[in-house]
Amino acid sequence: MENNHLMRTSLYAGGTSPVKMIQAGFYNEDCLVYDLEDSVSAGEKDAARFLVYNAVKYQRPAGKYILIRVNGIYSRELDEDLEAAVRAQPDAIRIPKVEYAEEVQRIDEKVTAIEKKAGLPLGGVKFWCNIESYLGVLNAQQIATSSPRVVAMALGAEDFTASMSAQRTKPGWEIFYARNAILMACRAAGISAQDAVFSDINDPDGLQKDLEMTRTLGFDGKTCVHPRQIDAVNACFTPSPKEIRNAQRVLEALEEAARNHTGVCVLDGGMVDKPMEIRAKTTLAKAVAAGIKVGGEQR
Amino acid sequence: MELKKPAMAGTTESSDVMITLRPNPEGGIVIDLKSDVKALFGDAIEKTIREVLGDFDVRDALVNVVDKGALDFVIRARMQCAICRAAEIEYDWSREDENGK
Repeated sequence: MENNHLMRTSLYAGGTSPVKMIQAGFYNEDCLVYDLEDSVSAGEKDAARFLVYNAVKYQRPAGKYILIRVNGIYSRELDEDLEAAVRAQPDAIRIPKVEYAEEVQRIDEKVTAIEKKAGLPLGGVKFWCNIESYLGVLNAQQIATSSPRVVAMALGAEDFTASMSAQRTKPGWEIFYARNAILMACRAAGISAQDAVFSDINDPDGLQKDLEMTRTLGFDGKTCVHPRQIDAVNACFTPSPKEIRNAQRVLEALEEAARNHTGVCVLDGGMVDKPMEIRAKTTLAKAVAAGIKVGGEQR
Repeated sequence: MELKKPAMAGTTESSDVMITLRPNPEGGIVIDLKSDVKALFGDAIEKTIREVLGDFDVRDALVNVVDKGALDFVIRARMQCAICRAAEIEYDWSREDENGK
């Protein structure tokens, strides 16, 4: 399992199809989610569990952050999903439809018990919590800090809007509050914020508009519903050369002001303040995380 | 372990394998393998099948295998599933623990 891995894109691979699971390892997504939940019919849950376990254990794609999405918290499949998933040792388990911190804590207890029984490192498997209802959004802050295993939360917009009796639209104003609530909860907890999918795989322009919102709000990554969305989403979270250069100029101006003991730092006629410094450092950190050499060397 | 009923796991999609298990009243393991890559990988496929049967201590079985280019992890997963279905058991995942073996 790897730490500090890029989490710009995550792609689901249904746990029923070996060919799709194998192919998913060759796309450019940062995170690969093997699914035991929605993409698997009730009669094939056992088969999917065996397939995903063996895939992660013995055919793990190199260089990817690996997740297993288990079945619902109150499903009869969950306990056996956890028995298999924990032993497969993915980077994280993706828990669907989380609504309360206590639900995460109960799963944490189960996972810890399995780790102890199996002789695995305690706390090694992390959690991504999918927030897919108004209750989950209202409790997002508690969920984000419910367990040290929680390293990310993701908005599930389709189920969320259904819970709200709202219409799901491409502009996405019906999920605007949920996006912000989850983002703030993630920022407060210091974990990764993952945006909802853009469902129409045949609308690249719509995806771009949606990504502008994703990026403007400050998300760290986004779930892709199809491999053809991966490159656009990766690009959304990778700073452009112009943005990198601007960030460098901000930091250089601050360094120069500090050297000269000038109280105020000015760049291009405007004052450089603390938020600009934070944004510049974030931009360069994202660039470095994406493998870009900044100023000829890794910062 | 005794197989109680015929059971199947897997599909005939590319990169998959369809396993059909039946109790063998005459005793022993009989494997019928169909694969486009039988000449190259037939022995390896049969070895994996016998290994998984051995893991479950299944000694009597008719095994029908339709391989569509499955990797080893797929064959192993499909066999485990077919055995659990045919023996009507839930898998004990602690078998996968190094200490449990």
